[in-house]
Amino acid sequence: MSRGGRERPGSRPLHLQLPAMLMVMGGGALGTLCRYWLNTAIPSPDGWPLPTLVINLCGAFALGLLLEALARRGPDVGARRTLRLLAGTGFLGAFTTYSTLALDANLLLAADRMADAVAFMLLSVIGGLATAAAGVWVAAARRAATGPGNAGGAETDLT
Amino acid sequence: MTILLVMLAGGAGAVARFVLGGLISSRFRGELPLGTMLVNVSGSLLMGFLAGAIIFHGAPAALQTVLGTGFLGGYTTFSTASVDTVRLLQARRPILALINAAGTLIVTVAAAAAGLALALL
Repeated sequence: MSRGGRERPGSRPLHLQLPAMLMVMGGGALGTLCRYWLNTAIPSPDGWPLPTLVINLCGAFALGLLLEALARRGPDVGARRTLRLLAGTGFLGAFTTYSTLALDANLLLAADRMADAVAFMLLSVIGGLATAAAGVWVAAARRAATGPGNAGGAETDLT
Repeated sequence: MTILLVMLAGGAGAVARFVLGGLISSRFRGELPLGTMLVNVSGSLLMGFLAGAIIFHGAPAALQTVLGTGFLGGYTTFSTASVDTVRLLQARRPILALINAAGTLIVTVAAAAAGLALALL
């Protein structure tokens, strides 16, 4: 979520601007489609919600990578902002899901599968933290390796 | 046809997250990402209620696909929540990071359970 620190005075906040909303909508539709497909392609062994876990961890890695790479290339304006809204807020935001995670955990609990439910929840939240951090780290390491050129985007709001 | 509806619903859910999350974040300017947290909690409550309506009252399962997988799946987000936790850790806010990570998990799971229970009424 942008807190939109760089807007012209008097202009609407980003989340109320129609072009930004359309970018998030387009990316969100595609991200939802990919999740829908992967949900059927990835098996759920013995009813264990593997698709939700795999989708969420992949998305967390990709978002960490994307936001860090964008922030290191410069402030959140122009093409960088478009890419953040389309691919980050839209695609990856919609590709990953917390509501399905919460429902899957409840279905395991309702089936008296306490150990499976706890394992699923811990793998999700700790795995999400680890993969998002890995994405950030990879983007930082790549940028450091390919040269300086940090245009001072570190203070840009990233989410 | 179903795929098209799922996409449309997912796009609408993503916009709802963007707008609602932005409105909440602009009103509460703390370090905790309240916008994303509240979006995920409200989406999980609705997801539980929707699943309950289908399980207990025989609502059409296509609703689960379009509204659940589509709209609520696009509305809630795991990736932003995870990156937010990393950012809080980078900013040396371990307590807030823990609240964001564990708090969101516990409250969303409880919200989905509450939604399921509400559907039983």
